[in-house]
Amino acid sequence: MASVTLSRRAVLTIGGAVALSGSAVFAQTTRVAKIGLVQSTTGGSAALYGIQQKQAIELAFAEINAANTLKDIKLEAIHADDGADRGQTVNIFQRLIRQDKVVAILGPTLSNSAFAADPIAQQAGIPVIASSNTAPNLTKMGDFIFRTSIPEDQVFPTVLRYAVQKRGIKKVALIYGLDDALTRGAHDVQKKAVTELGLEQVGIESYQRGDVDFSAQLTKIREQKPDAVILGTLAEEAAAILRQARQLGFDDKITFIGCNANISAKLFDLAGPAADGIIVGASWFEGYDSPRSKAFVAAYQKRYGSSPDIYAAQGYDAAYLLAEAIRRADDVTNSRLTRDKLASISDFEGVLGRFGWSADRDATVQPKVLIGDGKSKVFVAAATS
Amino acid sequence: MLVQQLVNGVSLGAIYAVFAIGFTLVFGVMNVLNLSQGAVFMWGAYVGLEVVRTLALPLPLAILAAATAAGLLGVLSEVLVFRPLQRRGAHRWMGMVGGLALARILIGLAQEIFGTQVVRYPDNALAGAALELLGARLQLLQIVAIGAALLMVIALAALLRYTNVGRAIRTVAFSENVARLVGVPVDRIRLMTFFVSGALAGGAGVLWSLLFQSVSPFMGDGILLKGLTVLILGGLGNIVGALVGGVLLGLVEVASVVVVGSGYRDAVGFGIVLLILLTRPTGLFATRETTRA
Repeated sequence: MASVTLSRRAVLTIGGAVALSGSAVFAQTTRVAKIGLVQSTTGGSAALYGIQQKQAIELAFAEINAANTLKDIKLEAIHADDGADRGQTVNIFQRLIRQDKVVAILGPTLSNSAFAADPIAQQAGIPVIASSNTAPNLTKMGDFIFRTSIPEDQVFPTVLRYAVQKRGIKKVALIYGLDDALTRGAHDVQKKAVTELGLEQVGIESYQRGDVDFSAQLTKIREQKPDAVILGTLAEEAAAILRQARQLGFDDKITFIGCNANISAKLFDLAGPAADGIIVGASWFEGYDSPRSKAFVAAYQKRYGSSPDIYAAQGYDAAYLLAEAIRRADDVTNSRLTRDKLASISDFEGVLGRFGWSADRDATVQPKVLIGDGKSKVFVAAATS
Repeated sequence: MLVQQLVNGVSLGAIYAVFAIGFTLVFGVMNVLNLSQGAVFMWGAYVGLEVVRTLALPLPLAILAAATAAGLLGVLSEVLVFRPLQRRGAHRWMGMVGGLALARILIGLAQEIFGTQVVRYPDNALAGAALELLGARLQLLQIVAIGAALLMVIALAALLRYTNVGRAIRTVAFSENVARLVGVPVDRIRLMTFFVSGALAGGAGVLWSLLFQSVSPFMGDGILLKGLTVLILGGLGNIVGALVGGVLLGLVEVASVVVVGSGYRDAVGFGIVLLILLTRPTGLFATRETTRA
């Protein structure tokens, strides 16, 4: 470090930096990689996901900087709150790219915002990693768009296969919310998985948002004698369905299989013991038994005094993936090189487990099958073999 | 399965009926459509919940407390909205908008105080009990709902027919001016009617949230539409009509799930109302305008 033998590239870098800005004095010792962090910290329920991701990403950057993982490169997060308003997201992306000259962007919180703002980054050649967007076809917007959030269609088939193997399920009935994009999307994925596994589909029932009486649908389903009932529902609705099924005298042997939206403490609050045995799938859960995940949960709790959720975990992995790409690029301004290095990462050991990219730059990770424990009000990992 | 679906439909319809009877009573007596009724229903559910959860009182007391509180809300709607509007000679359409405004205020308050998350009543023996009958499971709560609906109709009918208060209410329903001429304290009778109407909504709110385990600030919106449907089905201002209309709507909704498919539940329900209106514009049980209530 002390010897001042400058390589040709360093000379060029410094020269370039001097030409660009007046503060190139520090470029010699530390280089700063500016990273846009676009997470909603206001704007209703989106803020719940946004704050978790922002905190987890800032935790990751602090750890990486403290450990000097990138040697002379320091990561600097420039956070901006879009208030869950996609017009704001577009403005923020433009400012981060044109004014702040970030090398990459982490976010945004909502899929809707991503569809509005990501094309700007794509055009400017700035890599984006989403950690809470789960809408289909998100990464098809362009080759600079990546994501660590795992959509339903990567999780549900594994869950269903588990249920078929362990419980010998042959006949299924499905119930879903007719007028909600989230529940409809879950239902489409579920239906496809049922067909692909060659299960017999004995009935499909639906309901509308705000419905609380499911007894007519459930009575009909009971008559069809399915081995499992598949729920494309929000947590509140799943809870009501589980409860009313018990009240109608559903056989205990009938398995309920839920979707991503059912993974919520609300399910247990509302369903009580009726939530016992419900099977769901997730890319991560707090009790996931891996050293990397346990260390993350402990560090997050220590720094923020609360438990991380799935979005925090996905954000944390996104931050480490980006850091690895910058390390490999050994450059803090070349966003195209950073993108290529990011795409080249495979076998990354993250909080979610072993990571890779699909052809469409979606993270591929082994889904975890979880089973509801109504008594202690948590999901526990299913014994997979 | 048929028996079970009948049970499902009748118990759902019984709650519709209790709600609609309060609705139709105010309409019959005052010719006013009180659109804050849904919000009063929701507040009844929350008052009952707080009584059970915070004060740890038994369920029957919770229903009583909820009905009383909701009755007072009904009185409030007369004092704050309907009476001032009538005194100022407002058109009765304005009463509808006034009631709607009151409903929004009540919903906003509930959101602030209780939050927007769905909550439920704590587990209790009443909610879990059930008996097997002809291969169907009849929950104790469903019996309570059906029984309560019947009881309320009989009590209300008796009140209207055999008591002085009842006679006074019917006189006001016939004509406020005539009632004043014969010395009926019209203002007091109106307040009483609003109290009974609110209490019925509040009682229905508790029954509903016990049966379906779901309490939220927005729970009144759906039942308001169902109440309107029943009101029209049974004939405006007709109490027996509201009972029969309520049960009928419950059965139609369940039948539409069984026969047509669950996606069309509301479409079938409201479609039937349209059909009935086309063939019988005054509802199934319409009495002549002059002898209403």
